[in-house]
Amino acid sequence: MNKKRSSLSKFYLVLVMAFFYLPIIYVVLFSFNSSRSLSNFTGFSLQWYQKMFATRAMMESIYYSVLIAVIATLVSTVAGTIVAIGLSKSSHLIRQVVTQVNNLPMLNPDIVTAIGLMLFFSTLNIPTGFGTLLLAHIIFCIPYVMLSVTPKLRQLDDNVAEAALDLGCTPFQALYKVIIPQIKEGIVSGALVAFTMSFDDFVISYFTTGPGINNISTYVYATTKRINPSVNALSTLIVIVITLVLIFSNLLPLIRARRNKNEETA
Amino acid sequence: MKSFRRLVYPYLVWAGILIVLPMLIIIFYAFSDQGNSVIPVKLTLDNFVRFFSDPIFIEVLGRSLKLALITTIICILLGYPAAYIIARMKPDSQSLIVLLVTLPQLINMLVRTYAWRGILLNVDISPEIKVYIGMVYNFLPYMILQIYTSLSKMDPSLVTAAYDLGCNERLAFLKVTLPLSVPGIISGITLVFLPAVSSFFIPKLLGGGSYVLVGNLIENYFVTTGDWNFGSAISLIMALVILISMYFTRKFDYDKEAV
Repeated sequence: MNKKRSSLSKFYLVLVMAFFYLPIIYVVLFSFNSSRSLSNFTGFSLQWYQKMFATRAMMESIYYSVLIAVIATLVSTVAGTIVAIGLSKSSHLIRQVVTQVNNLPMLNPDIVTAIGLMLFFSTLNIPTGFGTLLLAHIIFCIPYVMLSVTPKLRQLDDNVAEAALDLGCTPFQALYKVIIPQIKEGIVSGALVAFTMSFDDFVISYFTTGPGINNISTYVYATTKRINPSVNALSTLIVIVITLVLIFSNLLPLIRARRNKNEETA
Repeated sequence: MKSFRRLVYPYLVWAGILIVLPMLIIIFYAFSDQGNSVIPVKLTLDNFVRFFSDPIFIEVLGRSLKLALITTIICILLGYPAAYIIARMKPDSQSLIVLLVTLPQLINMLVRTYAWRGILLNVDISPEIKVYIGMVYNFLPYMILQIYTSLSKMDPSLVTAAYDLGCNERLAFLKVTLPLSVPGIISGITLVFLPAVSSFFIPKLLGGGSYVLVGNLIENYFVTTGDWNFGSAISLIMALVILISMYFTRKFDYDKEAV
């Protein structure tokens, strides 16, 4: 009975994964198509890759997407973690106020946050471009980092940090040596959410970027009005890079752990 | 430890200027008219009257809410079993599967939607179903990961205790596991329902031009027509409808916690 259910569970997971990976397999396959068709594979060719590398706007959009996601993730993870820690020690009133304000960009649809910022920049006569795009990404990433760090902080035993202080730690040392290691999981998942949100974002970028500055989303949106198989080549490139980064970042701790183990036994 | 409180103050200023103020500007635009060099801007309710007196706008709003609601329900129904299965696997397999769920999510949302357009190009189903496939595809990972996080945080001895106290498997799930995973479902809803209501490129790419949602409407008034006042009013109406529905979802969560 249990065995039957376990294989049923596995089958269900396989189905879910197949659903998740179908478009990715499709995109990789059709990036090598020899014709413009998006439904018939007519033969192998690399022409869409040549076209992609030759299209400067396309390459620039990749550059801006990565650059903005990396900076926005770094800034919002550090800032969000610090604010969340401060908040966990603050009065009930301040906590309520910040939670409610943070809820605005999270509960509001992206498009409302987006036009709010667009109107804000226009009211202050700030020209839109790279700066406004990056600022917008940092603004909407911080609340998500706080959202994933705060539950970890709530599970923290206050006495441990107090004990560190009693044993002679400065508040900064208590923060760095006691609190942060305990909430590390929340920080990492917060950073991951921030990166995904930033890299994935279309709506806020669409309304806060300026002329000539496109990320992948706004670029693809602008070009999908007609069939453009180079987008498949671009997608394949993203798939490869992200897979490599993930494999690398997940294997590295494993290798390090194994090496440490070997050194210990040696 | 109290000294950590000061860490919050800069953020209060930041959030006041960059989160609250833009919302106030939207409200100002929604309640005023355009004005020009001769006629100054004046406060008015015209934008709201215009929205509610036209049945087409109401229909678009209803369609958007229905799409978001059904997408969210499908994501919970498909996502919960997946999260539950993952949470009960060996720790090593868990992190591998979580990685596999996360990976497609890291690939740009527009790119993934564009891929579905190609796959579904010659498939003979209604544009509405295509839109639903695209929506569920894009939002399901968020739901799975949120529910999984809350399930994996759960102390497994609680379920064992329920068994010891005479619960059968079904009862233990309904009385222990499910209630404890409600926060995960709630944050899953937050990450699915909200972007789903506002989404406008998934319907645009997969549903063709026929499937107009509130997001498309707002985009048109800001980008094409340039009528920022009416666009702001539509955004405000949509935001209010969403805040009200989220208020009830969250209230449900707090009531649960209070029990």
